[in-house]
Amino acid sequence: MNLDRIILLVSLFVATAVLIVLPFQLGRYGLYILSMWAVMAIGAIGLNLTLGYAGQVSLAQGAFVGIGAYSAAILTTNHWPMSVAVLVAIALCFAVGWILGYPALRVQHHYLAFVTLAFSTLAYLVFRNEEWLTKGIYGISDVPRPVLLGFKMQSPLRFYFLCLASLGIVTLLVGWLIRSPWGRAFVALRENPIRALSLGIDTRRYTLMAFAIGSALGGVCGALYAPLVEFIDPTPFTLGLSLNLLMMVIVGGAGFFAGPFLGAAISVLLPEWLRFTEGYYLLIYAVFVMGLLIYSPTGLLGILDKYLTARSTKKASAARASATATFGAQS
Amino acid sequence: MKKVLQVSGVTKRFGGITAVGGVSFDVFEGEILGIIGPNGCGKSTLFNCILGQLMPNEGSVKLDGRDVTGMRPCDLNRLGVSRTFQLLQVFPQLTVRENLILSGQEHQGSMAGRLFGRRDAGLGAEADKMIGFFNLGHLAGEKAGGLSYGQQKLLDAAMAFMAGPRLVLLDEPAGGVNLTMLESLKERLRAINAEQGATFVVIEHNMEFVMSLCTRVLVLAEGRVLAMGTPAEVRANPEVVEAYLGH
Repeated sequence: MNLDRIILLVSLFVATAVLIVLPFQLGRYGLYILSMWAVMAIGAIGLNLTLGYAGQVSLAQGAFVGIGAYSAAILTTNHWPMSVAVLVAIALCFAVGWILGYPALRVQHHYLAFVTLAFSTLAYLVFRNEEWLTKGIYGISDVPRPVLLGFKMQSPLRFYFLCLASLGIVTLLVGWLIRSPWGRAFVALRENPIRALSLGIDTRRYTLMAFAIGSALGGVCGALYAPLVEFIDPTPFTLGLSLNLLMMVIVGGAGFFAGPFLGAAISVLLPEWLRFTEGYYLLIYAVFVMGLLIYSPTGLLGILDKYLTARSTKKASAARASATATFGAQS
Repeated sequence: MKKVLQVSGVTKRFGGITAVGGVSFDVFEGEILGIIGPNGCGKSTLFNCILGQLMPNEGSVKLDGRDVTGMRPCDLNRLGVSRTFQLLQVFPQLTVRENLILSGQEHQGSMAGRLFGRRDAGLGAEADKMIGFFNLGHLAGEKAGGLSYGQQKLLDAAMAFMAGPRLVLLDEPAGGVNLTMLESLKERLRAINAEQGATFVVIEHNMEFVMSLCTRVLVLAEGRVLAMGTPAEVRANPEVVEAYLGH
């Protein structure tokens, strides 16, 4: 086992321990913020799959969070169990995401961004105007928190652990997906779709799949968001949320597995930490993000990746140099 | 001899320009057919028409007597037709080994099966064999983007041979490759041709490479077949000398 691996495992262990122990020290608001981090991380993981791994730009992840949130809110306020609501949210977002993937078969990059942006706006209009379904701008209040295996998840602490467990499950599933041959095919799709096609990779199906799975995770995010906030109206699901999720992916490091966790932490937690600066906190936050992206366009993990690559290159050239020296001594 | 590929009357026009004008030829099982011709004579366009990257305006392409004109490249590839591109096309962020596994993974089972199947799709051993065959052993775990141009070119070719294709179309495999590497590439191609009975069609500008490797040579000029025959026949053809080889 090399040093990098040990460092990785130790930091994973520490992070998990902190996420389990810290909440007991936190008040209601702190737990709310930490739960929000876990929920948003799920949405960002979904977008990271679509954008970071498969290379399909999407400005619609916020809309899928909205679809998931409304599915959960409408069903649970009508006395359906949370588990059903989550499954419906996943299925609905998967299906809509699949359909939204079709334009990606024809247009790419910023053109695709515009298509998904239009979808985002469309979804918002549906949330706002279809009052018979969504109660429009009045919103849906008293979204209940679920009962799981007989345990009421009403208290902030319990609900936090539900969010954390969901994040854990999503992490394991997506980790497994990324390591499967599908993950490799997604990367191929991002790096060179034409070559991928010539190697027998059905880029059409993988593109649609990337959109559908990423969107389904947006749905999971939404289905947890609704009972977390306990009230939903169309306002959170504007283009702003999509941009925020996009920022989480980019700032964390698109295409890096841990990127969304860091990105969500920066997007959700940093503004809160900066609150002591009062009126300036958003300004400081914006400057930090801009500075980071100028310094490292590949995000936070991009910095780490650059450092590790530089180190291994150095090691390799040192090995080569010593090999040459030995060779020189022998001859 | 059995015809693997039958190209008949393939024509491709871009606006008013006819890039390929009614090209017909057959490729026989086990042969190495070279395609030569000046720049812009339509060699790569012809490849793209055969391989489904472009839809020809006229004409047909048959594989083992079956019409495959305009079939999607991924479906054609799964029928055992493989290719390389003129410009390097490896996946820089994947390791050498992963590039090779990727190149074979879609050839067996279903998409769902691959999701639940093994990480290396059962191709680890074959990938390692290919890595050994192309002398890339010390680079197996390196990201392909970190390799030298010549090494990437070898990887590019190796990728085309994963999953044991029957017909391989190589677009300028020797371009930008140094002499030592060129010899080793030629050797590998010959070996795969002899051992696996794979059929090759090779576009190449390096005359020495074509003349020493190919069993037959087709000369393309301005989108049409100018001559076809053994390397010696083609070299002796005055029209070919005039249009391409030079005096």
